[in-house]
Amino acid sequence: MAYKRSQILICGGTGCCSSGAMTLVKELKKELVKHDILDEVEVVATGCFGLCELGPVVIVYPEGTFYSRVEAADITELVEEHLVKGRPLDRLIYTEKGDGHHPLSINDLGFFKTQKRIALVNCGVIDPENIDEYIAFDGYMALEKVLLTMTPIDVINEVKASGLRGRGGGGFPTGLKWQFAHDAVSEDGVKYVACNADEGDPGAFMDRSVLEGDPHALIEAMAIAGFAVGAAKGYVYVRAEYPIAVNRLQIAIDQAKEYGLLGENIFDTDFAFDLEIRLGAGAFVCGEETALMNSIEGKRGEPRPRPPFPANKGLFGKPTVLNNVETYANIPAIILKGAEWFASVGTEKSKGTKVFALGGKINNTGLLEIPMGTTLREIVYDIGGGIPNGKAFKAAQTGGPSGGCIPASLLDTPIDYDNLIAIGSMMGSGGLIVMDEDNCMVDVARFFLDFTQDESCGKCPPCRIGTKRMLEILERICDGKGVKGDIERLEELAVGIKASALCGLGQTAPNPVLSTIRYFRDEYEAHINDKKCPAGVCKHLLDFTIDPETCKGCGICAKKCPADAITGEKKKPYTIDTAKCIKCNACIEACPFGSISKA
Amino acid sequence: MAKSLAELKAIREKKLNEINLRHGKDGYRVVVGMATCGIAAGARPVMVKLMEEVEAKNLVDVTVAQTGCIGSCRLEPIVEVYDGNNDKVTYVHMNAEKVARVVAEHLAQGKIVDEYTMTVVDGKLIDPTVKG
Amino acid sequence: MKEVTFKINGQEMTVPEGTTILEAARQCNIDIPTLCYLKDVNEIGACRMCLVEIAGARALQAACVYPVANGIEVLTNTPNVREARRVNLELILSNHNRECTTCIRSENCELQTLATDLGVSEVPFEGEVSGTLVDDKSDSIVRDESKCILCKRCVAVCGDVQNVAVLGSVGRGFTSQVQPVFGRSLADVGCIRCGQCIVNCPVGALKEKSSIQEVWDAIADPTKTVIVETAPAVRASLGEEFGYPMGTPVTDQMAAALRRLGFDKVFDTGFGADVTIMEEGTELLGRVTNGGVLPMITSCSPGWISYIETNYPEFLPHLSTCKSPQQITGALLKSHYAETNGIDPKDMVVVSVMPCTAKKYELKREELKVDGIPDVDISITTRELARMIKEARIMFDQLPKEEFDDYYGEYTGAAVIFGATGGVMEAAVRTLADILNKKDIQAIDYEMVRGVQGIKTATVDVTPDLAVKLLVASGGSNIEKVMQQLKAGELADTHFIELMGCPGGCVNGGGQSIVPAKDKMDIDIRAERAKALYVSDAKITKYRKSHQSPAVIRIYDEYLGEPNGHKSHHLLHTTYSQKPKLV
Repeated sequence: MAYKRSQILICGGTGCCSSGAMTLVKELKKELVKHDILDEVEVVATGCFGLCELGPVVIVYPEGTFYSRVEAADITELVEEHLVKGRPLDRLIYTEKGDGHHPLSINDLGFFKTQKRIALVNCGVIDPENIDEYIAFDGYMALEKVLLTMTPIDVINEVKASGLRGRGGGGFPTGLKWQFAHDAVSEDGVKYVACNADEGDPGAFMDRSVLEGDPHALIEAMAIAGFAVGAAKGYVYVRAEYPIAVNRLQIAIDQAKEYGLLGENIFDTDFAFDLEIRLGAGAFVCGEETALMNSIEGKRGEPRPRPPFPANKGLFGKPTVLNNVETYANIPAIILKGAEWFASVGTEKSKGTKVFALGGKINNTGLLEIPMGTTLREIVYDIGGGIPNGKAFKAAQTGGPSGGCIPASLLDTPIDYDNLIAIGSMMGSGGLIVMDEDNCMVDVARFFLDFTQDESCGKCPPCRIGTKRMLEILERICDGKGVKGDIERLEELAVGIKASALCGLGQTAPNPVLSTIRYFRDEYEAHINDKKCPAGVCKHLLDFTIDPETCKGCGICAKKCPADAITGEKKKPYTIDTAKCIKCNACIEACPFGSISKA
Repeated sequence: MAKSLAELKAIREKKLNEINLRHGKDGYRVVVGMATCGIAAGARPVMVKLMEEVEAKNLVDVTVAQTGCIGSCRLEPIVEVYDGNNDKVTYVHMNAEKVARVVAEHLAQGKIVDEYTMTVVDGKLIDPTVKG
Repeated sequence: MKEVTFKINGQEMTVPEGTTILEAARQCNIDIPTLCYLKDVNEIGACRMCLVEIAGARALQAACVYPVANGIEVLTNTPNVREARRVNLELILSNHNRECTTCIRSENCELQTLATDLGVSEVPFEGEVSGTLVDDKSDSIVRDESKCILCKRCVAVCGDVQNVAVLGSVGRGFTSQVQPVFGRSLADVGCIRCGQCIVNCPVGALKEKSSIQEVWDAIADPTKTVIVETAPAVRASLGEEFGYPMGTPVTDQMAAALRRLGFDKVFDTGFGADVTIMEEGTELLGRVTNGGVLPMITSCSPGWISYIETNYPEFLPHLSTCKSPQQITGALLKSHYAETNGIDPKDMVVVSVMPCTAKKYELKREELKVDGIPDVDISITTRELARMIKEARIMFDQLPKEEFDDYYGEYTGAAVIFGATGGVMEAAVRTLADILNKKDIQAIDYEMVRGVQGIKTATVDVTPDLAVKLLVASGGSNIEKVMQQLKAGELADTHFIELMGCPGGCVNGGGQSIVPAKDKMDIDIRAERAKALYVSDAKITKYRKSHQSPAVIRIYDEYLGEPNGHKSHHLLHTTYSQKPKLV
């Protein structure tokens, strides 16, 4: 029977797959067969819904019932109750924290209420491995409109008018970029369209979600870009660590070719366009556009100086348009609904929406898409559901290793490209990490510097040596060996590196340090001057002590201590030998009386 | 095979009908009581017939759902038809034949099949429509 | 040509489109500092020393790769620029082995010069250092990672100019290094030992394997007769080490200095070069008349020999079987000279002074030994000779002019021009033409094979009946093009090919005086040094054709008999074989 009374959508994003979504699909089908209702209920594996924290996530339509953390063992009951008897299975329905009632529909969740989905519109809604579903939701209609009714200049003007800016981090106006590539002269007429899907910020997975959930949107957008600039060939540079995304994109490319949506004479016009996937081997710097192009060309992934810019001399020396996945994902909607509609969303200089990967000390970790101009407070508290365990918000880190930390005092800043730059961070590709009072900001800066110096390609000295020297200073501060002048040395290095590094990676690498010094200088000073880590993170600055007043002398701590640092007689207060203590926290966790503290 | 524009549009229409559960439909929502009582009274054949008829008549705006115990076990199988305003008509003691008629008249033409509704139950006449 | 107008430090300038800021700035007397920049070879904007401010631009820009555009305003001396350059230089220094006083490149180090020029007097960012490895397994080249600043000039020269590509970037970030593949030694990766990496290294990360001590030891050994031979190109570069302008031939002071260093005899490789012409010319004639393998290719350059042995072994029959002039001189010294002077060749030490690092390897080749005895025992570079002269505290510029010792110190103009690309070809043609026409031809300046172009072709009517097709190329990438043509059968009608491993020939060899990249922006050292040789040829030497050299005539009369004769084959010819790329 083609008619389906119910559809079960299971999130097939990487997060949910890791937590067993594909097993659920199998189990579901088994149960449906058992009840002989397989032909009236459809099971669809979709792209990411966004609420990764709650995975695996299952939505049952037509009710839109939102089940979270579904396990294989739940399936028998879920099918029996919801699909056979028609009773939603309450115990699996997601309850918002601190909120007693069960929202039955996904649309009632606070997490989704304030979001606006343009780039992610089909993620979690369609089966990404089925081109027909994409077509059903107006897929390839934008390409049709472009090819049959618009000129390349029309397309460029539409994108320009939309105000769309690059979502990969830099925020360069997309239409202008297309214009440059359109105007660039290629001696043999060859130009390229490329997509940066080498998402590398720690914890960020915006692009992966689009590739996994709506790969046809990317294909369609790249074909549109190809038409606009006069390119017949496109490359998608995806990290090899995204196997599901790569697989689905390849399936989508194959389907598009089969339907004649890629290839020669698309929509019976003269326009031809072909796409090829190139895998990246995981070097962070290959997310930098010129390094990415070197990598596609088979060279060492090192950035090239600009100018010449890719629009004039890009891939294989040809004019090239290079955008990131999320940027492309906005294009079909802009073409179909118009620049004006798109520009009505967002702020004056930052139009549309932005996808963020929300992580860290936050209740609803996951993927979200919000209109530009949404405040950090709305993201953290309304969408993210606040900080777990009643802890206080301390800072939010945007822009990944290239960004900065935003303190609580700036929670009401509307998020857009320019505001984030002004407060010492940047949009980046959309990582958003929330930190609470237990995070040491010096340690956070050290973490990011450790990342960037490790990922530096090594081509230019400011990045190759400068980030290493900054890391060395941060490490010694965290180790309690910081000396007077270290903050100033860090600042001097940071300013020098920002001004002189060859590419965006180096030029932005000092941002986490500069922004934490700017907003949390007192923490740096405490580490250096008082040899204290106020957040209790930096081991070398902590002393573990047992309060003799409350210690009952039970000896549990001594048993747990892996370093034999705790000694004492039963029923008398125990003591810690700080020289032996490795500050592992085992004693604090073990003490039944809360008598052990660190400071 | 490369698809023509017309073919793509056809795919679009067809597929949209199949999957628009996810976006919600404007037409009738038909709910079949499928708790133990309903199933015991024969709700499944009713449900299957309902779906077959809806498909056969290509009633793309109709949603078929099931629900738990509606509360009047003695009237099972119960089928409730909600309209766009969430006003509902409740059909009772349904079977495959009856449900076919409900599809043909109520869902396809908007004519309520009075004699299957609760209006004739226990000899009382009640307005078959319950305001939502 | 299109022109662009812009401002630099407030001054308006108009330059041809495509001019970089670095080049434009030099035209108005601003010397923007550089480290990684090597004109036409390594223009990658990596070292960040050449940063300048461009009004309105977000970050500082690398002047070496930034083409001037209409209307831009460039500032080369702002606080931001100075600060960025200083911090950057301090960072480079913090990861550089700063044993400057004992470094071979002290006083000829581009990094040291920059530190002095930019006033960097301390390094405030000390920390871990990334490179520690010293690779001295190669016969010719020592690589010291502790001094490498990753400018990648060597990588570009080795790969793009020489088409050898045995050096590359390995690893990433702070731990990245310039290394041969798989962490191997340069000795094990198909390096042709041309030494172009050395002469293009701004610091002391690459140097020749020094043989100075061996020479001192030999000289100090009373049981040894120590004889030195110097290659033609050395005299064109040695003066640079003592402050002479480039292109000054210092032949006579060199002879005087060598004598004062304690060599028992001071001879010249030019003698061997003249013999080479006799042997190689005869071989060519033989191949042409007897239907031998053509084109015949010269075999003087050990870099080229390594190149063909590793990359094109199937073409080895094209190589002349003649040894190089270094070896021919050595072989005759250890046979004829030893016999006539009653010296046991085992008590002779032949030292060659070469513009070349590959010669250190060549002399060790088993194929070249005569009855197990090497023709030449020690080879030092032009730079090593300069160091010995300095160490001996000889005031080079005050030395009287002296001549080489007789007989083996005699050479013709034809031999002198061996040091420049096309020189061997010209020398050979001079002799061939005379021999075939049986007269002393006066028009012997074959300009068509002179000059620094990478590949030159010419057809010379040596007799009314014989037009010889010639091809001359130098530098690995040009050699590669020639070999591709040869492989494609496009050179089937060419008779004679001269190939030299280093661009421009021996004058620009890997053993020559090192010229800072900055100076190479303004002068072409290949042309400047070659001038010294052509001047010697035209004005100084008494004979300009090898076969007219009295020494050559004598050695054939007294000893060798005829070119390509039995004795010649025993002493002066050799064989080649395929060599693996990776050992």
